[in-house]
Amino acid sequence: MLNQQETVMNKQKRFKIQGPCAYEFDSGNTGSWRIERPQVDFETCVKCGTCATYCPANVITIEKDKEICVDIMWDYCKGCGICANECPKQCITMVEERCGK
Amino acid sequence: MIDIKKESRGYIAHGVSACAGCGMELILRTVLNALGQDTTLVIPPGCSALFCGFGKETGLKVSTFQGNLENSAAYAAGIRAGYEVQGNNHSTVVAFAGDGGTLDIGLQSLSGMMERGDDVLYICYDNEAYMNTGIQGSSATPLGAWTTTTPTGKPVYKKDLLGIAMAHGIPYCASASVANIKDMTKKVEKAKSIQGPKLLHIHCPCPTGWGSAPSKSIEVSKKAVQTGAWVLYECEDGNIKLNNPPKELKAVQEYTKLQKRFSGINEEQLVALQMGITKNFERLMRMQAE
Repeated sequence: MLNQQETVMNKQKRFKIQGPCAYEFDSGNTGSWRIERPQVDFETCVKCGTCATYCPANVITIEKDKEICVDIMWDYCKGCGICANECPKQCITMVEERCGK
Repeated sequence: MIDIKKESRGYIAHGVSACAGCGMELILRTVLNALGQDTTLVIPPGCSALFCGFGKETGLKVSTFQGNLENSAAYAAGIRAGYEVQGNNHSTVVAFAGDGGTLDIGLQSLSGMMERGDDVLYICYDNEAYMNTGIQGSSATPLGAWTTTTPTGKPVYKKDLLGIAMAHGIPYCASASVANIKDMTKKVEKAKSIQGPKLLHIHCPCPTGWGSAPSKSIEVSKKAVQTGAWVLYECEDGNIKLNNPPKELKAVQEYTKLQKRFSGINEEQLVALQMGITKNFERLMRMQAE
């Protein structure tokens, strides 16, 4: 598959990485960064897809047939708020997710 | 080729550790959506290097190579030459570098690539400073902007990358912005269909370095287009065409007031910044008319 170095690159335990090739496609749990969460008012939503176009993490799906028409992957949403700022109907509000300061 | 641990739509993992509201993430997603699976990326160290991942993990489904900061264009040209020897004419080779890796450190290798006429698509995402190492000023930093190396505002204007590219006489170069995703997709598709060196210069909002709210990333880049601080245009075989230029430029304050990096700008610098922007816009309008 991929040519990998046989020996460990660095003798330190912290950096035990085999070879210079990456072969695993993985995702970080960036949903844990979130402080505010976008909340969609499904009744005012016109399903235009502007939020999905501008979402940097590409976590928004527009499902035109379903009642919950804006589906967000909470595992990865960083809560940046671009969707709320760009929504032409302003039907997305950012609500605080964590309690306590 | 790769083991998929967590599935994603498109070619990039969803959980990439780019800052919240990062424009670069949106740019790379748009670019790869337009180019498709048959793409080879060359990424120099910088913010974009986090897509290559760390150790055995990667965030990209397309083949990627992480090179050095100063020679991403040379690496891309070499990969293209290798493909040609193998008889591969279908793969698109893309270099995806930041403004530091393009306008300062990588300019010599980019110039060489454009001179030789290698069939490479070079994309520069321009966040107007060295953001990954802690906001040092680059030659793409606009006049008057704060960075850690220009604490009183940068005293000189931004370098004109597309002007340099046009002087090389390359077949296609264009500027794009995250403010207009459709326009960006169109330009990437067009660049893919053209043989020879291509350059895309894409304006990339950086909430961390610019001091704008993460939610305002797109708004800031829209303001940049409306004020003329960033002009969307393309140059095909020496013919310049502006894409949906604003009929009348808005005052530059509308763009600067959204960002903390311009909070210390004085009256004199603001006038100079406005003058530079208007002059550049008028120059391009004249070039289009010719």
